[in-house]
Amino acid sequence: MKTLLVASVFVLAGVLGLALGWSMLDLPATAVKLPVEVKAQLAVSGVAHPVTAVLLNFRGYDTLLEIAVLLLALLAILALPQATSSVERCPASANRMNPMLQTVARLLVPLMVLVAGYVLWAGAYRPGGAFQAGAVLAGAGVLLHLAGLLPPWTSPGRALRVGLAFGLLVFIAVAAAVMLQGTLLQYPPAWAGALILLIEAGLTVSLALVLAGLYLALTDTSVQQ
Amino acid sequence: MIFDLLLVTALLVSAVHALSTPDLFRAVVLFIVFGLLMALAWARLNAPDIALAEAAIGAALTGALLLDALGHLHQKRRERSP
Repeated sequence: MKTLLVASVFVLAGVLGLALGWSMLDLPATAVKLPVEVKAQLAVSGVAHPVTAVLLNFRGYDTLLEIAVLLLALLAILALPQATSSVERCPASANRMNPMLQTVARLLVPLMVLVAGYVLWAGAYRPGGAFQAGAVLAGAGVLLHLAGLLPPWTSPGRALRVGLAFGLLVFIAVAAAVMLQGTLLQYPPAWAGALILLIEAGLTVSLALVLAGLYLALTDTSVQQ
Repeated sequence: MIFDLLLVTALLVSAVHALSTPDLFRAVVLFIVFGLLMALAWARLNAPDIALAEAAIGAALTGALLLDALGHLHQKRRERSP
């Protein structure tokens, strides 16, 4: 019975895969050549890399909503009732005492911060940008936590809350300021590069905190249960 | 070409094993392997941006999260049957 079930699941997955592949081949040719359009407008976008130009300039609205969704996800996690018990256990207590892990973390984290800064800066003209830089920073935070150098978030303080919302606030502030002289998120070409860098710097901070928070806040609730 | 074929095979094998293995720890490790291979595939497809994000978020952060959850599961099981 079980093998029959597994076989039918595999057959259905195969059929779905074939159907998806077939529909891919069946798609009509796109009417608008987007890469050509992006290349044509790249000069006024303020950055030299097409992906960053699309993410932060041509489709900036999507990125604005994306960071809002991530922030909402973290707020939902923070709003979960935290079951507190009198006995607080440390599951990684063996790791917390491990001098090897701590030394490696201490050596690696400054390098990761450096890499994050480079990736953020390089996003203007080569693959990189706020999301990748934020992910690297968040990875550094998780590493610190696993090595026992960074406590979990029992109750986020004011600075942490401001940091979480910082990227979204900067983004909204820039969008509102730009709206004074035209449409939403349409940067003046002379200022575009600086504005995009400002937004990306804010986004990096917030993304790092949000992504690390998904880990640190979750860890905390499960430790205390 | 040979590298691409090997990559696709490894992706499919790791995905199937990650889903079908009864051992949770092995499933998590295979998931991380799948994420790293996927990052390689994105790099091969000339999408280094997505490759970076996949390696950092898909493999590293999600993998750490899953491993952590696994640790808590084991701890609970040990408490229930001392």
